[in-house]
Amino acid sequence: MLIINKLQVSIQNKAILKGIDLKIKPGEVHAIMGPNGSGKSTLANVLSGREEYDITAGTLHYQGVDLAPLTPDERAHLGLFLSFQYPVEIPGVSNLYLLKSALNAKRKHQGLDEIDAIDFLSVVREKMKLLQMDDSYLYRDVNTGFSGGEKKRNEILQLLLLEPSLCILDETDSGLDIDALRIVAKGINLMRNENRSILLITHYQRLLDYIKPDVVHVLSDGKMIAEGDYQLAAVLEAEGYEPFIQKKAGD
Amino acid sequence: MTKPNQTLETLLQQNYEHGFVTDIESDTLPPGLNADTVRAISAKKNEPEFMLAWRLKAYEHWCQLTEPHWAHLKYTPIDYQAICYYSAPKLKDGPKSLDEVDPKLIETYNKLGIPLKEQEWLAGVAVDAVFDSISVATTFKDKLNDMGIIFCSFSDAVQNHPDLVQQYLGSVVPYTDNFFAALNAAVFSDGSFVYIPPGVRCPMELSTYFRINAKSTGQFERTLIIADKGAYVSYLEGCTAPQRDENQLHAAVVELVALDNAQIKYSTVQNWYPGDENGVGGIYNFVTKRGECRGEHSKISWTQVETGSAITWKYPSVILKGDYSVGEFYSVALTNHHQQADTGTKMVHIGKHTKSTIVSKGISAGFAQNTYRGLVKVLAQADGAHNYTRCDSLLMGTHCGAHTFPYIESKNSRARIEHEASTSKISEDQLFYLAQRGIDTENAVSMIVNGFCKEVMKTLPMEFAVEARKLLGLSLEGSIG
Ligand SMILES: Nc1ncnc2c1ncn2[C@@H]1O[C@H](COP(=O)(O)OP(=O)(O)OP(=O)(O)O)[C@@H](O)[C@H]1O
Ligand SMILES: [Mg+2]
Repeated sequence: MLIINKLQVSIQNKAILKGIDLKIKPGEVHAIMGPNGSGKSTLANVLSGREEYDITAGTLHYQGVDLAPLTPDERAHLGLFLSFQYPVEIPGVSNLYLLKSALNAKRKHQGLDEIDAIDFLSVVREKMKLLQMDDSYLYRDVNTGFSGGEKKRNEILQLLLLEPSLCILDETDSGLDIDALRIVAKGINLMRNENRSILLITHYQRLLDYIKPDVVHVLSDGKMIAEGDYQLAAVLEAEGYEPFIQKKAGD
Repeated sequence: MTKPNQTLETLLQQNYEHGFVTDIESDTLPPGLNADTVRAISAKKNEPEFMLAWRLKAYEHWCQLTEPHWAHLKYTPIDYQAICYYSAPKLKDGPKSLDEVDPKLIETYNKLGIPLKEQEWLAGVAVDAVFDSISVATTFKDKLNDMGIIFCSFSDAVQNHPDLVQQYLGSVVPYTDNFFAALNAAVFSDGSFVYIPPGVRCPMELSTYFRINAKSTGQFERTLIIADKGAYVSYLEGCTAPQRDENQLHAAVVELVALDNAQIKYSTVQNWYPGDENGVGGIYNFVTKRGECRGEHSKISWTQVETGSAITWKYPSVILKGDYSVGEFYSVALTNHHQQADTGTKMVHIGKHTKSTIVSKGISAGFAQNTYRGLVKVLAQADGAHNYTRCDSLLMGTHCGAHTFPYIESKNSRARIEHEASTSKISEDQLFYLAQRGIDTENAVSMIVNGFCKEVMKTLPMEFAVEARKLLGLSLEGSIG
């Protein structure tokens, strides 16, 4: 279970998250929606252990472990995975090499031997088939020259391969065409089970039509201002954030 | 051509015969350099008259020169009279077993995946058993012999193939070339000699690794490789394992000659001791490497991965004399801590339709300084000459420096000369991305750096490339985070 308690985060002395509480149980899917700049990616980055952020108050725990002292790779080995809003290009490093290194890093942590090259290829190919990705993506440099949608699909490929227990998807739907969205959503739904927690960050109800969340949160200016079930997304889609922001200000 | 008798086999046997361990007692000239030192070296090596005459001329020339200081390097002056110029191998002084070797060194060997026997050899362990590790070489010896390929030590070539040596020695790097080349010519102790007869394609990578007496060739090494018409050879120098040597100054010379339609591929991995984190100790590596595409349609390619030495001064060059000849230079120079590298290449276009490619990747970390210095020279008669140069620098941290000095001298207005350059920093975004995928910082840095160098690494022979990849990662350990 992920437990975020009264979390406050600033960057370069500017407060971004101003007291966040969030609990995600195994098997649950939560969605966070909110205006641009409200702090959604900041939350995702802080959970993943990105260094530039200062945690000024509050705590983060996953599976009973305090995340704060852990490096990003240690958190990854705990089962945390972030699908990046802006996946990073790594020139000269093939996708195949990255996937294999990531999988072997995980296996090493679990005390397993490196995966056999042939077994690896068959596993990757199976996942790629699911995502309708062509074999050629394996041999291209990581995200280099990929279109926006291709990058997102590549993130989900890594997710399917690494089988994390806590999946944070930061605007994975942005940039995907209609068919791609369906394919990617199908992949994510396949990952859904009673042990896995999923946090979806999105701007659009459409994604939530495919992946039905248990809880929808609204983040605005570093605070959670509303919470509801799947229906909340439809309300937001119809009315926008403004009525919620007004209401919160009136409280 | 003389009898192709002095092959790998005879070499190996000789060393066994002589015991290698017992007989070659230390036999060292006192420090200092004068004409008598040169005479003594030549006499100890039982050289023919032409060699002594050439060495003496080189010595006289050297006396008139002063050490060059145009490179972007800083170091304490070298006292040439304090150096000992001849010391026969004294293996008895080496460690008796790996137990006596610095554990740090062994750790590095293990990380590089170097087999135990080779570790012993590299660490200078004085045991007969070490030779067994090189016995793979004996399976190749007959093949080379049958093809008429000569691959032996320079000393043996002087004894057994004096006509070839006399014809080609100094024909690419004359002793007048520069201060260090003159010094090397006067006092060089040994090195490698390769001759590939016309039309022969050398069936394996030739490597000093397979030539045991490469050990202790010392600070002044000389290599001469000749590819006769239509011949092909790929030569590997050095190895990825860190090599220690008590000699601080290394001034080697490498000469390559490619005749019509011949091709020479020369790959180096240089990993001499770089000094400690504070810049104490380490090898000064002043090397003159040059190839001459003497015949038409000939090709010379240099690939170097330079990670060692406190100071590197090195410009592998190609003289493109033959029409339609091709020169290539692929370089990775990595400097960390207080290392300094001033390296690059010279491409001299003389023949018509000559083509050169330069790809240089410099990586600096810590307090290191990394300089690319290149010259592309096109003579008036070199119609259709074409050069492409690409220099990329990668900086890690804020205390290191990268410098690029690309000189172009063209006397032919129709020559095509293209130059691209970039400087970048290793990005936090990339490191975070890889860390998020569970990859630790050391491996992430190694991955990014290897990606940065991919164009160069892919020109290395397969087995060399695998080791070189690991080496780049190891050399940067602790440079981030
Ligand atoms: N490195 C940084 N330096 C300065 N400000 C930053 C930095 N990173 C984020 N911020 C600021 O923090 C705020 C929250 O940014 P964040 O990326 O978390 O928003 P978001 O909710 O993900 O927005 P979007 O929906 O546009 O992706 C923004 O005002 C942003 O400008
Ligand atoms: Mg965002």
